[in-house]
Amino acid sequence: MLKPNLSEEITSGLDLQKGNRRSFLKFTGASIATTGILFSGCQEIIDILPKQPIIPSPSQDVNLGAGDTGILNYAYVLEQLEAAFYMMAVANPYSGMSQTEKVLLEDLRNHEVVHRDFLKAALGTNAIINLTFNFSSVNFSNRASVLSTAKTFEDLGVAAYNGAGQLFESADLLLIAGKIVSVEGRHAAAIRSIFDTDPTSFAGDDVIDENGLDRAFTPAKVLEAAAPFIKNKIIATQLPTPQS
Amino acid sequence: MKIFEVLKKYDIKPEELNTFTTRREAFRKLTSFGKSVAFAAIPAGVLAASTQTASAAHIPTVLEVLNFALTLEYLEGEYYTTGINTPGLIPAGKDLAIFKTIEKHEVDHVAFLKKAIESYGGTPVSKPTFDFGAGGLLNPFIDYQQFLILAQAFEDTGVRAYKGQAGRLIEEDDVLTAALQIHSVEARHASEVRRLRGLKGWITQAERGAGLPAQTQGVYNGEDNLMQGGVNVTTVTSIGADGITESFDEPLTMQEVLTIAGLFIVS
Repeated sequence: MLKPNLSEEITSGLDLQKGNRRSFLKFTGASIATTGILFSGCQEIIDILPKQPIIPSPSQDVNLGAGDTGILNYAYVLEQLEAAFYMMAVANPYSGMSQTEKVLLEDLRNHEVVHRDFLKAALGTNAIINLTFNFSSVNFSNRASVLSTAKTFEDLGVAAYNGAGQLFESADLLLIAGKIVSVEGRHAAAIRSIFDTDPTSFAGDDVIDENGLDRAFTPAKVLEAAAPFIKNKIIATQLPTPQS
Repeated sequence: MKIFEVLKKYDIKPEELNTFTTRREAFRKLTSFGKSVAFAAIPAGVLAASTQTASAAHIPTVLEVLNFALTLEYLEGEYYTTGINTPGLIPAGKDLAIFKTIEKHEVDHVAFLKKAIESYGGTPVSKPTFDFGAGGLLNPFIDYQQFLILAQAFEDTGVRAYKGQAGRLIEEDDVLTAALQIHSVEARHASEVRRLRGLKGWITQAERGAGLPAQTQGVYNGEDNLMQGGVNVTTVTSIGADGITESFDEPLTMQEVLTIAGLFIVS
């Protein structure tokens, strides 16, 4: 079960004799692959999550972990992605950006940064590392490129949280996800409203079905859609799966 | 209040709980995730076993939440149906296209929730009689600005109402997912209506926004919360308090929502 990258990281840690890592290994006193740690507050054994990188690497593999921690880390991936994107968009304004659009993009940046920072704090030592992103497919000097990417990310965020809700064990965490997803829905409508010419696009037929329901995606589907923008390989194999 | 009595009508007979698995399957057929999510790589035997051991004890709660949601969707549906059918109220073009879209979704939600309630063996509550003038306070079908004001209040309330019930659906995954899928549609509507009124699509602090009467402040109380999951968010981010409050929408309890909706319910 030990992933090659994790093995490499741990071996390197031993070689470097880093205090934290060594004492952690001493504490576990056994093969790391079969060891779990107690997740405070959950009384739950979870598999080891990657800690802070010991060898800095721009494309380190990232394991989200299991249970509610895994779902929160999954959300943290998406919020890191959105925050990084809007920081770029605000720092490199496309030509002809209206004042309305500037304020909108700054607001979205602020909100995604808040979501990102909050999730990192909530996850504590279980938080995944800071990811590195690949926005080479986005032309930040082009309005349509920036806004269509924003639209993709916001709609994807909505579908991601909608699909992840049922994976939570904790009702408290479900509520927090609910507090975030409606803000993503507000964003999606606003971006669609300023970008698309169809006045019904804010809740268009491409995202709302015949029952009046928005989309709900599995983590696998969301991470596949997000993968081209993320340099790290995201390992989501321990995430809970939808029950039937 | 009448509405509390109405919500008691979702009786379910004990013998019907035995057909719980069938109920759940019936609900699945209403939605698309029966086709998409259900085919995750779970061995058939595991699937059958987990379904058989499922408890139906939470179903009365699920039905209460669904009937509560149905009541709100009745309110929104009738409001927009009346609005788009009132000649000269909503400006033709962009505004009318927007409200026709919102109306369609609310009517779809009513139909979906009725089917959902029936699939679980419950009885959908009947539609209350509404007074959107709130006893003479408003004239939403004469004055378009008032129509917009009330639409904003209804949509922002709807978002908070679904959010407040999500935790009560946690034992019934498919219903929870469907409720979240309605919840984000309400959020899209709220954003659009707010922006039509010249506001931001999101709620800053606990501000109801220009034009809304003080009687609607209950829709926004508590939106200025800065504590999330025991974390004082101001201590973990560089973004200021306004931005933090905009980043999280807060729930309302069923009672808080019914107090707001009760302003518009005659019987």
